[in-house]
Amino acid sequence: MPFDVTELVIAIVKALVVFVALLSIVPVLIWMERKVIADIQIRIGPNRAGPFGLLQPLADAIKLIFKENIITQGADKVVYFFAPAVSMVPAIITFAVVPFGDTAHILGRKVLLQVADVNIGILYILALSSLGVYGIVLAGWSSNNKYSLLGGVRSSAQMISYELPLGLALVGPVLLSGSLSLREMINAQGRAGVWFIVPQFLAFAVYLISGFAETNRAPFDLPEAEQELTAGYHTEYSSFRFALFYMAEYVNMVTVGAVATTIFLGGWRGPFGNIVILQPVWFLVKLFAILYFFIWVRGTLPRLRYDKLMKLGWKVLLPLALLNLMVTATVKALAPQSAIPIMSVLSLVLVAIGVIALTIISARSTRTPASGLREPSAEGAFYTWES
Amino acid sequence: MGELIAFVVLGAIAVAAGIAVVVVRNPVHSALFLVVNFFCLAVLFLVLSAEFVAALQVLVYAGAIMVLFLFVIMLLNVAGVFESQRDPLRSQRGLAVCLGLGLLAEVLAIAVSGAARLPSGGGTLPQDFGSPTLVGLLLYSQYVFPFEAVSVLLLIAMVGVVVLTKRSV
Repeated sequence: MPFDVTELVIAIVKALVVFVALLSIVPVLIWMERKVIADIQIRIGPNRAGPFGLLQPLADAIKLIFKENIITQGADKVVYFFAPAVSMVPAIITFAVVPFGDTAHILGRKVLLQVADVNIGILYILALSSLGVYGIVLAGWSSNNKYSLLGGVRSSAQMISYELPLGLALVGPVLLSGSLSLREMINAQGRAGVWFIVPQFLAFAVYLISGFAETNRAPFDLPEAEQELTAGYHTEYSSFRFALFYMAEYVNMVTVGAVATTIFLGGWRGPFGNIVILQPVWFLVKLFAILYFFIWVRGTLPRLRYDKLMKLGWKVLLPLALLNLMVTATVKALAPQSAIPIMSVLSLVLVAIGVIALTIISARSTRTPASGLREPSAEGAFYTWES
Repeated sequence: MGELIAFVVLGAIAVAAGIAVVVVRNPVHSALFLVVNFFCLAVLFLVLSAEFVAALQVLVYAGAIMVLFLFVIMLLNVAGVFESQRDPLRSQRGLAVCLGLGLLAEVLAIAVSGAARLPSGGGTLPQDFGSPTLVGLLLYSQYVFPFEAVSVLLLIAMVGVVVLTKRSV
């Protein structure tokens, strides 16, 4: 294989730029979340450190780093030590395949604005997002604390359950674009002249809802539910290791948002999209719109009960994702050339079906509040949701 | 040369992790070493330009199956069980050694006889080698019968689990 030092340098620079950008989005996002939540709750929010409280995340980080690093008695030290890193690393390296722009010409060289364009892009994302759960599960187990363990067990069941609708929701856009590469999917959206959110709105909705669950964010933040589990899997963590978990949650959120932006919202495409400098800007605008939605949902919806969480995942989201996949595949098989316009119309029908299904399920569960959840029996599973 | 180095390093880690799976006392540590082993295999697939298989290896084995293993280990809290009890399958140890040696002989025989049949190397891979499209086409044309047979087998396993664990409600 011919070895080109310049290519290597370019690759390293791109990886560094993405890494630094990702880590610097986190404090901005934390500040944004606190401000938006404050707005929703009619409070002022952080406003002491720096202009508009912008330096508050920095102050928090400094405070966290100088705290004592506590290791519980009886903790499994090696696993306890590695768990925060295990939760952080997949979150960051997922970003390697997300394109934030088209090809730039720098010093006479063509540079893809993406760390790596792999032909299995979506599988790479799914594979890594399925690893994120290890950090949480291992943290919960190694802390030698019953609340941590419960948080870890909850999170593993939750993330395994929601991975299925998450992955199935992404298959619809894959069928329409005919490729697993994220760059190719953005190009397909450009050729079709329509973002995949239009022909695949049901998939988009299922993906976002599963994304909330995958990132353990409200209304699916059961692994760290304060009222029941103190702080869930990171109860015993302090100092910088807690900061790593805290950061991993936000990096995960950015990654889920970036994937949604790329696959459903056209990625870096926008008005005057052929100006390369504008492409990362469009990407960031769409990304922050989705992140705002994440925060908005957190400020609006109460946490789900665990049996309802499982019911939503297995009985609503999974069938809806399968339905969407079935319809998309049928349309693609019958009319390969005009699949996207046909799906754009059918998408309305699918969304109507989705709304009706959700309404029926939620009406049922509110009408019979007591019969839904049986008393956990000694030999039974700790969540039972027959109704 | 690079491939050889990668193979030696990854193979050594994979074998060490594999031995650790059966040697360490703590079931959670065993499961984690198995994850390490799967990762080495995935990287080996990457070295062989089989990106699709590598992604599936991580997605299915490391990401789904092992998480469920961990889930079960933690839920049942079996960590203490093996420490205290004697090995319940002591009688099977001799059998295990015999079968293990047999398997080793088999693998060695295949490796020795198969090495002669391998192409001498130096050839270039086709452009779309190991791409999802190609794997999909092969699975649904040439290997469609084994593929469907495996899917039916998995379905049977699932039905079996439901039958075995279903309690009258």
